[in-house]
Amino acid sequence: MDKQKAYWIYTKMNEIRNFEEKVRKIFSTGSIPGFVHLYAGEEAIAVGVCAHLSDNDYITSTHRGHGHCIAKGCDLNGMMAEIFGKETGLCNGKGGSMHIADLGVGMLGANGIVGGGFPLAAGAGLTAYVRETGGVAVCFFGDGANNHGTFHEGINIAAALKLPVIFVAENNGFGEATPFEYATSAKTIADRAASYDIPGIRVDGSNLVDVYQAAEEAVERARNGEGPTLIEAITYRTYGHFEGDNQAYKSESDSENWPVEVDCIDKFEQYALKKSLLTKTDISEIKDNAHKAVEAAVAFAENSNEPSPDTLTENVYVQYK
Amino acid sequence: MARKITFSQAINEAMDIAMEKDDKVVLIGEDVAGGATVDHLQDEEAWGGVFGVTQGLGNKYGRKRVIDMPIAEAGYMGAAVTAAVTGLRPISELMFNDFIGSCLDEVMNQGAKIRYMFGGKAKVPLTIRTNHGAGAGAAAQHSQSLYGMFTAMPGLKVVVPSNPYDAKGLLLSAIEDDDIVVFFEDKTLYSMKGEVPEGHYTISLGKADIKRNGEDLTIVAIGKMVHVAMDAASKLAEQGLEAEIIDPRSLSPLDEKTILQSVDKTGRLLIVDEANPRCSIATDISSLVANKGFDSLDAPIKMITAPHSPVPFAANLEKLYIPTANKVVKVAEEVVGELTLARY
Repeated sequence: MDKQKAYWIYTKMNEIRNFEEKVRKIFSTGSIPGFVHLYAGEEAIAVGVCAHLSDNDYITSTHRGHGHCIAKGCDLNGMMAEIFGKETGLCNGKGGSMHIADLGVGMLGANGIVGGGFPLAAGAGLTAYVRETGGVAVCFFGDGANNHGTFHEGINIAAALKLPVIFVAENNGFGEATPFEYATSAKTIADRAASYDIPGIRVDGSNLVDVYQAAEEAVERARNGEGPTLIEAITYRTYGHFEGDNQAYKSESDSENWPVEVDCIDKFEQYALKKSLLTKTDISEIKDNAHKAVEAAVAFAENSNEPSPDTLTENVYVQYK
Repeated sequence: MARKITFSQAINEAMDIAMEKDDKVVLIGEDVAGGATVDHLQDEEAWGGVFGVTQGLGNKYGRKRVIDMPIAEAGYMGAAVTAAVTGLRPISELMFNDFIGSCLDEVMNQGAKIRYMFGGKAKVPLTIRTNHGAGAGAAAQHSQSLYGMFTAMPGLKVVVPSNPYDAKGLLLSAIEDDDIVVFFEDKTLYSMKGEVPEGHYTISLGKADIKRNGEDLTIVAIGKMVHVAMDAASKLAEQGLEAEIIDPRSLSPLDEKTILQSVDKTGRLLIVDEANPRCSIATDISSLVANKGFDSLDAPIKMITAPHSPVPFAANLEKLYIPTANKVVKVAEEVVGELTLARY
C-alpha cells in the first residue's frame, strides 16, 4: 500500500461514515421516504476490497449498500439525490436507497432481495471470462444471505466455471434481528468454501489492512483465471437492521464476541500514521473534505427537482398508455 | 359498540385464537419471534415480524410453535408445505409478497399441485401470510401487489382483506381451511382501526361484501382500494350518483354472483385495483362480467389500476402510481355520462 492508496482509502472510509451519519440524521426528520439500512462501522470491508478494483470491475451489493456504492466510486451527489427521490439521482429517483446503481463505475446495484447478488455477480464474472476483459466481479453479502439457496447456486457456478468472482461475506452478527449462530449451521461462513473447493478466508473486518490483503490475493487469483475466493469479514452492525429498529435483540456480550472495541476508521488512522502513509495534516484535510462533500451532496439533493410525472411509465420494456 | 383495534392487532388476534384452539397451528417465518435464542429479550421488545404483527405470540406459545427461520424462503416455504401435508397446520409468513421470487417453486409447483397430483389423497392446510402494496416508499422490490399472480394458479385460495373486522374473520377461515390460502395484508393498512368483536368468528372464503349500496354504478375494489372507492362514492353522492361498492374479500374463490347481481342492477362497472393492469384481477373481473353479464351492461367496463410499471421510489411518482378517489370519480362520471344527461 502506498501513500496515494492510503489517502484514497481514508477518504472513502470517511465519506461513507459522514454519508451514513448524515442520512441517519435526515431520516429521523422524516424527509427521506421509505426505509434506510446503514453501513456505518463496516467501512473497512467495502473500502478494503474496492481498493483493488477499477471501473472495469463489477460489484453487487445488498440492501445495506451505501458503503459499497461510495467505495466503488458512485457520485455522492447522485447517491444522495437518489435517496431523496429526486430526478438528479443516480437512478433518476426510480430506485431509492435499496436500488442505487451506476453501471459507469461497475456498480450493479444495491438490492432489496437478500441473496440476490450471488448469481448476479456470477453473471458479471461470466462476461469478464467470455470476453476476456481482465475484469472481476465482487459479490458483497451479509451473514443472513449465507443461508439463502442462491449462495449455493451462485458460488457453485462461479467455482465450477472458474469465473473471476470474489464473494465477500460481511458477517455483522445479525440477519435482521436473528443472530448468526442461530440461523447458520456452520461454525463460520468461510468453512463453507470447502464444499466448492475454493479458498475460504476469515478476516477481522474492522481491520482494513487485513481485508485489503485478503482481497488483494483473491482479486489476483480471479484475474489469473484461478476462480473464486470466499472471504468472510467479521464486523458489527453499529445501528439497527433498518433505521428505527429498537435493536433489543442485541446484548452487551455481542461486542465481546465481535471485534468492535476499536472503530475501523480509527484503527486504520493509527496504522497509517505509524507507517507514515498519512500525515496529521492529511487526516484533518480528508476529514474536512469528506464532511464538505456530504454537506454538498445534501444541498444538491435538496435543490434538485422531483422526477417529472411522465417518467412514471418510462423505462418499462413495453409502454401502455 | 364493539371495541376498536388495528388491522395488525386483528391479524395477531386471529393467529392467537387459532393457536390457542389447535396445537397443530405453528407460526414460522423470518423474525416472526424476532431474535430467537436471545436470552435477555423480553417479549414486548422482540420484533414479532418486521411490522410487529406477530408480537407476543413467541412468548405465549414458545419457540417450538413460533419459529424464526433463516433467510431462506425456498427452504422454509417448502418445509411449510410438507409440514402441512404431514400433520401440522402452519402459518408461514413471507415478509413481503415480492419475496415469492425466492420460493415460487415451493408454492406453485409443490404446494398448489400436491392435492391434485396425488389424486386428492393429500391435504395442504397451510396459510401463507404476506404483505403487499405501495405507499410506504419501499420501492420496486417491496411494494408490489401480486395477488393476481396467485389467483391464476389452480390449487391456491387468495384472500385480500380491506379492514380489521374482515381480516380477523378471514384469517381464521384461512387457517382452518384444509387448502393453501395466501393471505395478503396491505402494509399501509396495519395501523388502521376498526370495530372487531372479541373471540372466535369466521368469514367464509368466497363471500363478497357489499360495502355500500347504490343504484347507479357498481365499483368492485380490492383491499385498500375499497377505501379509495368509498371516498369516491361520497363525492359522487354529492352529485346525486349512488355507487354500489363490492369488496370481493377473497379473489379465489371469487363471489361471481354478488358482482353479477350488482352489475345487473346498476348496468355499469368500474374496477379499482392497485396492481398492474395486464393479466390482473381487474382484467379477470372485466372478463367475468363481459362473459356472463354482458346483457346487463349499459356502458363499457372501466378499470382504474396502477400503470404498467414497477413501483417507483420517488414520493411524487409513487403517489401517481396508486389509484386515487379523484381518478375514480372522473371515470365514474364518464361511465354514467349518459345517465346524467338523461336525468337533467
